[in-house]
This record gives sequence, C-alpha cells and structure tokens, in this order.
Amino acid sequence: MIAYLGRRLLQSVLILFGVSLITFALLYLLPADPVRQIAGRSATPETVENIRRQLGLDQPFVIQYWRYVTSLASGDLGRSYIQRSQVTELIVSRLPATLLLMVGAILCEVIIGLTMGLIAAVKRGSATDQSLMVASFIGVSAPQFVVGLLLLYVFAVRLGWFPIGGYGTWRHLVLPSLTLGVLGAGWYARMMRSSMIDVLRQDYIRTARAKGLARRAILFRHALPNAILPVIAMIGIDIGLFMGGIVVVEGVFGWPGIGQLAWQAIQRVDIPIIMGVTLVSACAIIIGNLIADIVAPFIDPRIKLR
Amino acid sequence: MTSPIAPDLAVAPVMPVKVRAGVLKRLLKRPLAVVGLVIIAIVVAGAMLAPWLTGYDPNEQFFDGLTLEGAPLPPNATYWLGTDLLGRDLLTRILFGARTSLIIGIVANGAALIIGTLVGVTAGYFRGWIGSALMRFTDLMMAFPALLLAICLAAVFQPSLWIVAMVIALVNWVQTARVIYTETSSLAEREFIDAERTIGASSARILFRHILPHLLPTIIVWGTLGISTTVLLEATLSYLGIGVQPPTASWGNIIFENQTYFQAAPWLVFFPGAAILALALAFNLVGDVLRDILDPTQRGRT
Repeated sequence: MIAYLGRRLLQSVLILFGVSLITFALLYLLPADPVRQIAGRSATPETVENIRRQLGLDQPFVIQYWRYVTSLASGDLGRSYIQRSQVTELIVSRLPATLLLMVGAILCEVIIGLTMGLIAAVKRGSATDQSLMVASFIGVSAPQFVVGLLLLYVFAVRLGWFPIGGYGTWRHLVLPSLTLGVLGAGWYARMMRSSMIDVLRQDYIRTARAKGLARRAILFRHALPNAILPVIAMIGIDIGLFMGGIVVVEGVFGWPGIGQLAWQAIQRVDIPIIMGVTLVSACAIIIGNLIADIVAPFIDPRIKLR
Repeated sequence: MTSPIAPDLAVAPVMPVKVRAGVLKRLLKRPLAVVGLVIIAIVVAGAMLAPWLTGYDPNEQFFDGLTLEGAPLPPNATYWLGTDLLGRDLLTRILFGARTSLIIGIVANGAALIIGTLVGVTAGYFRGWIGSALMRFTDLMMAFPALLLAICLAAVFQPSLWIVAMVIALVNWVQTARVIYTETSSLAEREFIDAERTIGASSARILFRHILPHLLPTIIVWGTLGISTTVLLEATLSYLGIGVQPPTASWGNIIFENQTYFQAAPWLVFFPGAAILALALAFNLVGDVLRDILDPTQRGRT
C-alpha cells in the first residue's frame, strides 16, 4: 500500500510537471502579447520594453520555464500580471466558492442520478425504464450553458424563486449546482442502472427472494448497498468533468470561483493565473483519480492495487 | 492476398459479412436509434438545403427585422423563429449553423479518431519505448481539464472554422487512444496473431488484415459517440466567443451574440440550444445502440 502510494504520488508529480510544461509552452506561443495588455495602448516602446524586462519575458523560453518551475517547487505560483497580487492568494480566495459549487453539483448528480438509475433497474424493460434512459441521454447531451440559461430563465426570471446570479445564500447555489449536476446525473443514472441490474442477477439476491424476504428489504438492504459502491467510486473520476464545466457555469451565473478567475485571465492574457488555475485543476483531477483507485479495492476486494 | 498456408478461416472474424450487412437492419429495429437517425437526417438535409429552405440570406440585416425600438422580433409568419438582435432571420442562421456543427463534427472527430487510433494501435501493438512514451503522454493529457485546454488552444490560435476543428481534435483523441490501446494490446496477445507471426506475416499485414478489422466495431462506436462530444465542445467554445467567429453562423455563437437580450428574447437562446441538444442527443442514441449491437460483451448491460 505504502509503496503503491509512493509510486502513484511520484507519477502524479511527473504528470503535473508535464502539464505545466505543455501549458507554459502553449502560452509562450500565444500571439497575443501580455506586455501590451499591461502597458495599455498609449505606452511608449520604452515602457513596453521595461515591463517586458521586469517580468522576465525578454528571456528565452528555457530560462523563463526554469524560473517558473523552480519557484513552483517552493509553492510559489508567481504574481498576476494585471492585479499584481500573488496567484496563490487569488486562487485560495476563489477556491471556497468553487468547492461549494462542487459539493452542490455532486449532491445533485448523485441524488438525481442514483434515483433514476435505481428506478430504471427495478422497472427494467418497462416504459418507465425507457423514458428514464432517454432522460439520462438528454442530460449528457445538453450543453451546460443552455441548461444554465434555461434554468435562469424559468426559475429566476419568470418564477423568481432564485436570484439571477451571484453568491451568498443557499438560494444562489441551487441553480448552478443543478446545471452542473444535470450532466453527471445522466452518467450516474446509466451506471447505477447497469450496476443494479448486475447485482439483481446475483445468487444471493435469488436466495433472499427464495427465503421470502420482502421486495423492499431485498432492494434496500441487499441490492442497493452493493450496487451503489462502484458508482460512488466514480465521483473521483467525475472531477475532470466538473473542472471542465466550471468555466462556463460560473460565467453564466456570475459565480466568483476559479472558473471565472481563469476566464478573466485568459481574456487579459494574464499568464501566471492561467498557469495556476490549470495546475490546480490538473491536481484536482489527479487526486480524484487517485482516490477512486485507492477506494476501489475496499469496495471490490477482487481488485488489487498494482 | 491470402497466403496458401494461412487460410483466413483461422482468423475468426468479429464481424462476419452477414452481421455487417445486418447492422443497419438491426439499428432500424430499435426505436431510439431510429429517432437518432431521423434527427441526424433532418439536420443534414437542413444544412445541405440551407440556402433554399427559407430564401433569406443568413447575414442580411432586415429593415423590418427589428421593432421600432430596435428589439428583435419574436417568432412570426415572416420570420418563423423570429429575428436576432441585428434583425437577421434566426431560422436561416440556425440552418447555416447546422453546416458549421456538422463540418466540425465530422472533421474534428474524424481527426481525433485517426490520432487516437494511430496512438492506440502503435502503443498496443509495437509497445517498446515508443509505446510507453505514447501512453504516458496520453495519461498526461487525461489530467488536463479538457475544456480549459481547448480554451487555451483556441486563444493561442486565431480562431477559424478549421482551427476550431483542429483544437477539438487535439483535445478529444485521448479517450479513443486509451480504448484502442487496451483492445489492441489484448488482441496482440491472442493465438491467431501469434500464428500469423510464426508463418512470417509482416507487421503491416497483421495490422491491416487482422488487428484493424477487429478494432472496427470499437472505432465505429467511438466515432459516433465522439461526434456528440465534438458538437458540444464546438458549441461551448463558440458560446464563449473563442470558437467559430461571427458572421459565420454557429449554434454556439448565435447564443453568444444574443445572450444580452435573452431575458427579453429567450427564443434567441432556446432555438439554437435545442438544435445543439438534438444533434448531440441523436449521435449519442445511435452510438449507444451501435455499441449494443456491435459489442457482444456489453449486450444487455446498458
């Protein structure tokens, strides 16, 4: 276990290193010049050159990257070009909002998805099953910005049940969580259905049925706990999906998380912030996958960590 | 050319000719697949006939296309789906937008499929240091938040239709590569491949006559499902304003251009939004049924 963890952590560090190299190279190739963005239109060529030298952007790629990586190793993500504050501070100040949204989204998708999948599996082959599966397909095929705008229009503009955007109370959290949750709910519903169908085929379920247990007891005491575990383990992998969605969903709802931070930074060519958010997202994805792999053998003892 | 010593009987093809001919027939027996195929047919027809269906120019700003106050018109007899905030006919723009979605869906997804298959087959069949390097790179790409990467890439290159297609391909090949790799490496271990090698068949022959035909069902399934992902990604990039650039109509950029008006004119978001959903849904439905038909190990599970 310890050896396994050690190896995986080493791999993770290498992957993060690779992610940083690729992103840094991409941003280096960017045709938009960050210095122009900082200096403004009326700046003289001397000012532009001064700023470029100050930021170290006049150096060749290898040196720029070396500087970045060495400070990264000590936990320093550099300073934002435009806001002049530490990227680490900016991300840390935005992170709670994004984490809150993540919790909300995961709750939505797990509750909606598992319920749909459970009902579909129990009523397998029926019209209910068919319509639930079509609904799950609609969930995974719906573009998030459209879902967000639709929910905003119906529940905020027309019905006035929730605020149009912003951050603060639980009311602000509902619509963006739901928007992010719709996509995941579709996947969870399908996974839950097939996992439940697999479990219901097992011998111990037949035994339970044969000894005359009530249908409810079989479903909730014997089948559900076994069917739910492999699905729950997917939450870790799900984080990648979530990280992709936040840029769009936080934008639609004006949610002050790292998705918005990234989007503003991309528009202003604020390279240190883009790098920082990419690395944090990659970290989240790696940790999510790692957790999924570590819990797998606890859920299914046939799986061995290698 | 079949060598006399190795009759192709030994190969046990996964898709015998009879099955292959039956795929379409079996597809048509499944209601969900039929719904998907019908939607795809409608979108393709709409895209091809776009200039003739409404008779309007997608970029013409009609004088009577706005109210006296300058607001877009709701759906009416002249402009069936209403007009956008520049007074252009929304239906015409959606029809032309279908061209964008389909072109990107086919080109970007085709490219992603080719890259993914090449990487997967190379790593799974030849292995060696190239193989492990390719798969480590694939792992690395899996750790990238896909949308963020696409946004960065789209910002790096000045977006045009073909650049957007390329960006999507560069982001979307990863899943295919992993699936193809797993299948190829298990195929490469099988006896009939060993037998081929023993009688001295070249790598090219093994790859093209034995490995690729076995991978075909997977490639078809992932190719179909991938179009759905591609359509959604293009729409998202265009919605953020870094995908296909106006005035070229795309379902995503129609929403991008009009979203400031969306509280007063929700149809400007919902019609193109419904179009994106319908096309993505159609390819998902067909792809899922195809997987069911072509992959016997998955039968009855989904």
